[in-house]
Amino acid sequence: MEPKLADYKTDVHNDWCPGCGDFGIVNAIQMALTEMKIPRHMAAIFSGIGCSGKTSHFVNVFGVHTLHGRVLPFAQGAKLANPNMTIIAAGGDGDGLGIGAGHFVAAGRRNVDMTYIIFNNAVYGLTKGQASPTLRLGQKTKSLPNPNVNEAVNPIGLAIASGFTFVGRGYAYDVRQLKDLIIAAIKHKGLAFLDVLQPCPTYNDINTRDWFAGLDNVDEITQKPKPRIYKLEETGYDPMVHYGSESEVNEKLTQGLIKSNEWDTKIPTGIFYQNELVAPYEERIADRVPNYLENPPAIQPISSDGKSITDISKILDSLEV
Amino acid sequence: MQSTDITWVIGGPQGSGVESGANIFARTCAMTGLQIFGKREFYSNIKGEHSYFAVRVSDKNIRSNVKGITLLVAFDAETLFRHVDDVYDDGAIICDSDLTQIKIDEVPTLDTLFKSRLKEHLSSKNKEFSVQGLLDIYKERGVTIHLVSFKNILSTLADEIQNPSIKNMFRMLNVLSVSISLGFLGLPSKPLLEAVEAIFHSKPKIAELNKQAANYGYNFGTVKFPKFKYSISNIQKNSNTFLVQGYQATGLGKMACGCRFQSYYPITPASDESVFLESNEVFDVKNNRPGSTLVVQTEDEISAIGMVIGSALTGARSATSTSGPGFSLMTEALGWAGINEVPIVVTLYQRSGPSTGLPTRHGQDDLMFAIHAGHGDFPKIVYASGDVEETFYDTTKCFNFAEHFQMPVIHMLDKFLASTITTCKRFDPNLITIDRGKLLEKIENDGYKRFSITEDGISPRSKLGLENGIFWNTGDESDEFGHISEDPINRVQMMNKRASKLDLALKTITKEDQAISFGTAEFCVLSWGSTKGPILDAIDMLKKEGFNIGFIQLKLLQPFPTDRIKSLLKDTRIIIDIEANQAAQLGSLLNEHLDKKVDFYILKYTGRPMTSTEIYDSLKKILQNNAEKIQVLTYGA
Repeated sequence: MEPKLADYKTDVHNDWCPGCGDFGIVNAIQMALTEMKIPRHMAAIFSGIGCSGKTSHFVNVFGVHTLHGRVLPFAQGAKLANPNMTIIAAGGDGDGLGIGAGHFVAAGRRNVDMTYIIFNNAVYGLTKGQASPTLRLGQKTKSLPNPNVNEAVNPIGLAIASGFTFVGRGYAYDVRQLKDLIIAAIKHKGLAFLDVLQPCPTYNDINTRDWFAGLDNVDEITQKPKPRIYKLEETGYDPMVHYGSESEVNEKLTQGLIKSNEWDTKIPTGIFYQNELVAPYEERIADRVPNYLENPPAIQPISSDGKSITDISKILDSLEV
Repeated sequence: MQSTDITWVIGGPQGSGVESGANIFARTCAMTGLQIFGKREFYSNIKGEHSYFAVRVSDKNIRSNVKGITLLVAFDAETLFRHVDDVYDDGAIICDSDLTQIKIDEVPTLDTLFKSRLKEHLSSKNKEFSVQGLLDIYKERGVTIHLVSFKNILSTLADEIQNPSIKNMFRMLNVLSVSISLGFLGLPSKPLLEAVEAIFHSKPKIAELNKQAANYGYNFGTVKFPKFKYSISNIQKNSNTFLVQGYQATGLGKMACGCRFQSYYPITPASDESVFLESNEVFDVKNNRPGSTLVVQTEDEISAIGMVIGSALTGARSATSTSGPGFSLMTEALGWAGINEVPIVVTLYQRSGPSTGLPTRHGQDDLMFAIHAGHGDFPKIVYASGDVEETFYDTTKCFNFAEHFQMPVIHMLDKFLASTITTCKRFDPNLITIDRGKLLEKIENDGYKRFSITEDGISPRSKLGLENGIFWNTGDESDEFGHISEDPINRVQMMNKRASKLDLALKTITKEDQAISFGTAEFCVLSWGSTKGPILDAIDMLKKEGFNIGFIQLKLLQPFPTDRIKSLLKDTRIIIDIEANQAAQLGSLLNEHLDKKVDFYILKYTGRPMTSTEIYDSLKKILQNNAEKIQVLTYGA
């Protein structure tokens, strides 16, 4: 039977604020899983802590709502123990780029074949709107007593610098594009990162839906708003590393970094950088352990009738005197 | 026949081959049929600071080091400065003749505290502040001192085997001093050459060179010195004898019982085990294709335990190894594993804390920390092993506990256990059982509830990837499906469900696995962990003098086996707590759980393991009714 969108939804009450960008993301995830026909028991959503952390409860696949900032370690452990699973990690910008930033960088170096989605709204919503690592210097969102005193981190740039082999950005109110990006990310062979701009209607009164639509930035001639969000693929931008020569990789990394710095008037979405020529962690292991992919930790038999079947006799022999 | 019980100590700067020298010595003696108990001491340093290996050798079963040195071998001045005082009056020293003129202030690695103590000692005896001054004191006491010129030996050896490059090869000093010692002690030369071969087997050229040096040194030791009082005579060799270190026992236990995922962040003294596992990552499996352990080095300990939990959720037996500082970082995730009933094993190699403490030294500082690790109430098992052999079997039990009761298990080991090299009986994988608890391999119908309320508190466990077995986990309180629930009735039900597993554990874990009794008596020692060996040896020494002391080794420390201990203590009047920490952490547990209170404490927190001699002395004082309530031990450089 063809899987239906409804199969991937749970009946758990969703308590996000009305108008929250998170709805768009969870819908896009459910649509992507449906379209890809991934059997429900072969997918798992790992999530961090915060509003976005509840995502795993709304999707009817295995759902692991982890600790603040630790979604990547949990998710990587599961993927490496059972590489047959489709693993999506989801978390907020504070979760992934504040408390979990160390794991973000380390995960890039490993390039485990999974997808990581950051729900980026520049505030800590669930704790009532403090500044997150992606809030710009000097900005004062609704509940801040003073303007933000920290520079913002550049998630796309950090992902590129850390070694993520697929780096993209979506917009929570463009669910169709986001669904396509999620599918591309899941299909990507290696670690894929999606930065999803997700206006927080309750606490971020600066980067609002209207702001992204450019309502504050009207063209003097046409009198029409100039939307900030635009799609890289519509500009002829090619994120893909095709050959893998050093100069080509450098060029693609650099153009991704340059694009990642666009913000105030033009904000790119789409795929910034993609390189499938870098071996995922699983392949690096399989180079050493030939049957790792067919016989990973999760499915290895370890006992028969309660007795060990692991043969350690060679090592035991070597310890005898 | 004269019985053998000697302590041989080799010392030198870190990186100078002290460890491989000690390994050759230990292996040679073990191959001869002698029992070995060796401990390694070193600074938190890569090259240059003083390190040493104390190898006790006996024809009887030994489980500890003792106070004193029978034969000290030194190729640097610091080894003499640090250890000469421990040499028995009828013992011997073999050292480089070039060292005698070296003055205390010329040795930069001697710290000021030690230097001032040493100078005080020398001036009280009117001796100059040099190696010579020090040796004079011990010569007067009767210690035999053999000065040898290693420079001359190297040069003669170079001529003899026609290899001039050896003249300046001071890396050969370890092999030379070991072989001179063995010749001096009267051991046969054949096992020496076999041991050298075994240790350098991957580098044939170096092995050959070392064998030539060993041969030369051995003959030198046999003919140059008069016969030593402690010469070793013929020994009967037992079959199936191991020479093994603690971290290898843990690693082998994990392999044997099916741990297939280990993540870790480098930390002393835990990393050796992970490196061992990775070195042996592929292995044969009976009637199956080859198996493998995936060892992942993570960015920190938070990630290490996070990955372990993720892996355990897929059904793979999974573990991490760490020490105090790393375990501190793991505690938040430990609570997550607790509330989500994930079976994980944390192997905790304790070292001296707090903070970085004495990073390469021993301690049993983390008992209370392990028991209370993590915020909130959640069940966990804390289990402690007492010696290397036991560690192999206990490691496998910890995984059974984790899966049977679906909770995190903290397996307490320590630096002493990890780095002890000892002879013991070959581990027997046939003796272990594998209990996977209520792990499901198939689910027929919809509606699976990961946290279903059951009579015994344990829910059938699905795993990621299992059809019809979809579940949710959350660090929030959850309902039976694993979805967040703040319902007060559900909260109580779930808290009680999880807590009830501790009662079940106490009912299920056998009495022998809870605590081992080595005899009970009016005076009874209670202890946990690696103090076991020194305590047993001390009690044996007292037995020979007609004193009878009981000993209970606690293994299960959380949940606390109150009934088991109470029943064992029925005939005990005086309770003696022995452990390697300052606060007497087991002592406070005993005082909390038992009706009787601890009467005496024997504690050590110098960062050095207890010797059986120290425990013997302290117990004797208690038996003779002239002991302080708390005796603090301090022996060891």
